[in-house]
Amino acid sequence: MSHIIRANNLVKSFTKGLRALDDISMVVNKQEVLVVMGPSGSGKSTLIRTFNGLETFDSGKLEVVGVPLYSNHDERNIRAIRRKVGMVFQQFNLFPHLSILENIILAPMKVQKLTRIEAEEHAMHLLSQMGITKQARKYPSQLSGGEQQRVAIARALALKPELLLFDEPTSALDPERVNEVLDAMRTLAQKGMTMVVVTHEVGFAREVADRVLFMDSGKLIEMTTPDIFFSNAKHERSRKFLNQIEK
Amino acid sequence: MKMRKGLWIQVLVLALVFSLILVLVNNISTNLIRSGLGFDFGWLNRTAGFALAEHVLPYSSSDNYAWALLIGWLNSLKVIFASLIMATLIGFFVGILSAGRNTLLRFLASLYVTFIRQIPLLLQLLFWYFVGFLSIQGNLIGPFKGILNISNQGIVILGINLSAEFSALLIGLSVYSGAYISEIVRGGIQSVSRGQWEAFRSLGLAENIGLIKVIMPQALPAILPGLTSQYLNLAKNSTLAIAVGYSDIYAISDTIITQTGRAIEGFILLLISFFFLNIIISNCMELLNNRLLSYQKH
Ligand SMILES: Nc1ncnc2c1ncn2[C@@H]1O[C@H](COP(=O)(O)OP(=O)(O)OP(=O)(O)O)[C@@H](O)[C@H]1O
Ligand SMILES: [Mg+2]
Repeated sequence: MSHIIRANNLVKSFTKGLRALDDISMVVNKQEVLVVMGPSGSGKSTLIRTFNGLETFDSGKLEVVGVPLYSNHDERNIRAIRRKVGMVFQQFNLFPHLSILENIILAPMKVQKLTRIEAEEHAMHLLSQMGITKQARKYPSQLSGGEQQRVAIARALALKPELLLFDEPTSALDPERVNEVLDAMRTLAQKGMTMVVVTHEVGFAREVADRVLFMDSGKLIEMTTPDIFFSNAKHERSRKFLNQIEK
Repeated sequence: MKMRKGLWIQVLVLALVFSLILVLVNNISTNLIRSGLGFDFGWLNRTAGFALAEHVLPYSSSDNYAWALLIGWLNSLKVIFASLIMATLIGFFVGILSAGRNTLLRFLASLYVTFIRQIPLLLQLLFWYFVGFLSIQGNLIGPFKGILNISNQGIVILGINLSAEFSALLIGLSVYSGAYISEIVRGGIQSVSRGQWEAFRSLGLAENIGLIKVIMPQALPAILPGLTSQYLNLAKNSTLAIAVGYSDIYAISDTIITQTGRAIEGFILLLISFFFLNIIISNCMELLNNRLLSYQKH
């Protein structure tokens, strides 16, 4: 099995007649970095959130980290997937009442039943990877946005996931804080982490992505290498989108 | 620091209220003396002469009125404290269900809340007493005999004997306040952003663990103020005890006033005892509040 995600004909509508996901079929391979792009409302978040069961789908079949998922949304399978898939949100979603360290060790202690000492040791290792060991005892509100997002990445890494999902991880950051987060993600990619990243950061996509998936109106328009996508996009809609974001 | 300031304000208000009462009492007492009735608390030392079915401390009809009032106050405390705990359990349980994802449970929870809020508490208490307890023939729960007995004599649970009057009041007050508390709990839970639910779920945490470790600590600051006011309401509502014949502070004061004719003195004592009750509840909640909110200072 070289693929980590396999989606077959995924369909989802929030409101009748309007498809947020319109017959999506795709594969994400191990150690691949896939960047998802598309205009607002095209279904990028919906797609990435079905990958860890935060959204249900109406029909089709999904297989993530070897666990199958159908439209009946089996809770046990979803939990099994979530234990192996980390997620990073646009708004960080750190737990504000817990210290940075507590944010990170909560899941390892409760899900993997690690002792506090084991969990803290691993957490400190992750924080040093993210370059924020000094903040371990602080609380989320005492950190800058960029630091908070790096904590969120460390928290998502705490269960040693096989796949990381990012939904616009830098969109809520001050411009001067964007790079520290992108750098951390770049390092992860170099270490071979499989990642699906929704982002508008063209530089990151060009440099780090193995493939770019372009969506519009819930449809997968094209999925190709960044070289081809950014210089020689096949589809009219992709070219229109690229013209817009270059402005 | 905040606590101490709050305490000072309370003391100040207390002093103000007492001086107002003193002026009032002085006025009334001159009037009473003028009309030959007199104003004194000497009767407190006289023999009460009535029996009380329920007493936390030893009591007999040869004890004095002051002791009878204290017994009444303790009876009030007993039923308020027990109802407060049960109402909280019911309220959190139902509140969590009504903020949850299960449609059927949500519907049942809202049915309970709507139903209970439509009916006056007095009617509910009478229902629990006359329909719920006095109409029971024999023992309601056969199989658990010895552990839990429910009969028209009340409830016996693990050897602890609860009278039918106490039980009806306890259940009535808890079920009633529980409905209001559940709405406060639901509101508090819903005030926590959706992102927090998604974050703990994405980490593979089970719903109940996420609720306890992530959602509730953030919901509590929004829940506590409403909870305090429900507790104070519950304490005040407990004076409806008289309707089911439970000897709380109000019921006993009522008897004493009828026997002695000392209505004004009786009511002053009643006011003071409720004042203390409310101060106890408010301060306990304030203490809890400060402990829970300490993390927000970061
Ligand atoms: N919870 C929801 N309820 C109803 N409709 C929704 C919901 N979430 C998304 N949608 C709709 O589904 C479609 C896809 O939304 P989605 O959030 O996936 O888009 P997106 O590509 O992530 O957009 P953006 O770039 O703005 O984040 C949109 O039409 C949106 O209005
Ligand atoms: Mg989105």
